[in-house]
Amino acid sequence: MKIAEISGDEALVTAGGLRRKANLSLLKNAKVGEYVLIHAGFAIERVKSSEAKRTLKALEELA
Amino acid sequence: MKYVDEFRDRRLVEKVAAAVRRRARTPHAWRIMEVCGTHTMNIFRFGLRDLLPGNIELVSGPGCPVCVTPNAYVDKAIKLAEDTDAIIATFGDMIKVPGSHSSLEKARGSGVTVKTVYSCMDALTLAKKYPSREVVFLGVGFETTAPTVARTILAAKRGGVENFSVLCGHKTMPEALKVLAEDPKLKVDGFLLPGHVSAVIGSKPYEFLCRKHRLRCAIAGFEPLDILEAIYMIVAQSSPKVSLEYSRIVARRGNTLAQGAIRDVFEKTASTWRGMGEIADSGLKIRRKFSGFDAERKFRIGPVRPKEDRRCMCGEVLKGVKIPPQCRLFGRLCRPESPVGACMVSSEGTCAAYFKYSRSSFPPGLSARRAGGVIRKKKRWIK
Repeated sequence: MKIAEISGDEALVTAGGLRRKANLSLLKNAKVGEYVLIHAGFAIERVKSSEAKRTLKALEELA
Repeated sequence: MKYVDEFRDRRLVEKVAAAVRRRARTPHAWRIMEVCGTHTMNIFRFGLRDLLPGNIELVSGPGCPVCVTPNAYVDKAIKLAEDTDAIIATFGDMIKVPGSHSSLEKARGSGVTVKTVYSCMDALTLAKKYPSREVVFLGVGFETTAPTVARTILAAKRGGVENFSVLCGHKTMPEALKVLAEDPKLKVDGFLLPGHVSAVIGSKPYEFLCRKHRLRCAIAGFEPLDILEAIYMIVAQSSPKVSLEYSRIVARRGNTLAQGAIRDVFEKTASTWRGMGEIADSGLKIRRKFSGFDAERKFRIGPVRPKEDRRCMCGEVLKGVKIPPQCRLFGRLCRPESPVGACMVSSEGTCAAYFKYSRSSFPPGLSARRAGGVIRKKKRWIK
């Protein structure tokens, strides 16, 4: 989900039409606009778009 | 890029599946365990077994947190709610899980307060809202959930909230995999490792599986392309190692902040897993300095006498030595609306996955050997 707003450790995260509160205290320096993986109300990791693209490219080459 | 649709691209799925089939063209038969319940569900949901060659067999493992939670834990939670005036706060999956004699859902019918929460922090919010009542959160889950509970306990301590505690049943994955790796009955060649547990712990805690047990491993994401690529990686490894497929989420070293939160609040302890018994160092308990937030210490819940339904095969299913249709209860006495075993309750449970996606393939009385060979899956593509 994408971080839309941050206030302290709390953030508003969105995905499609879905809006949720999430706690950011398990991530260092999270920023608005970043994609994060949410588990049980906490952002537990960032989604790294460069790695996602690399994986998809490797899959194209594999095929 | 939303990181979902791209990893469900049908054209690419078919191509990668073809690459897996080419690569697996060996006399060797592959038995790979998908450890995580979400993997099991998605393998069925997207019909991935149909795309694999006959010499790759996928077996389901113990990675559904609700399923491996033993009856004794559910019994304790119910006893605590009945003996005190506590509000039980829990993730939704736990409510229907049968204990020895009852479930939280049934207990709720007899006047116990059970609230479903989405996050442990919501339980802390409840505690602030009802200062005259104790709120006990059911701490169930692996390394992905444990840091969220640790953070909440730290927040409760900082905020001086005294009516909040956790009934701690957290478990850790590598120790359970060690037991499976040593089980002569299981005979797996490799593990599809859980993506979100690995996001927290990284890849190092699994390395003994390759070094000592010569097992091939891949940390996998949850979309069809993730799962197929991870299978490809396992089959293509020249020597056993931990490949990292889910690199868009998982870092090799894991999330060190989350690891620190776990270490601050919890210490390792022996833990009982449904079907696997007690496993040394496979659980987490709350450190003494946070004992005010440990429901077990706070309330001295007396001993419970857990009773298992001897017909239920959840234990064997969780270890990957039996599949659900081999259980006499499956689809008859044990169904999602009236579950006997935990694996039928959870949305990540192996029995629930078989029931939802392939029940019609298993006529009653089907022999165990044939059951393995007639799995037909429904394909559903979201695009």
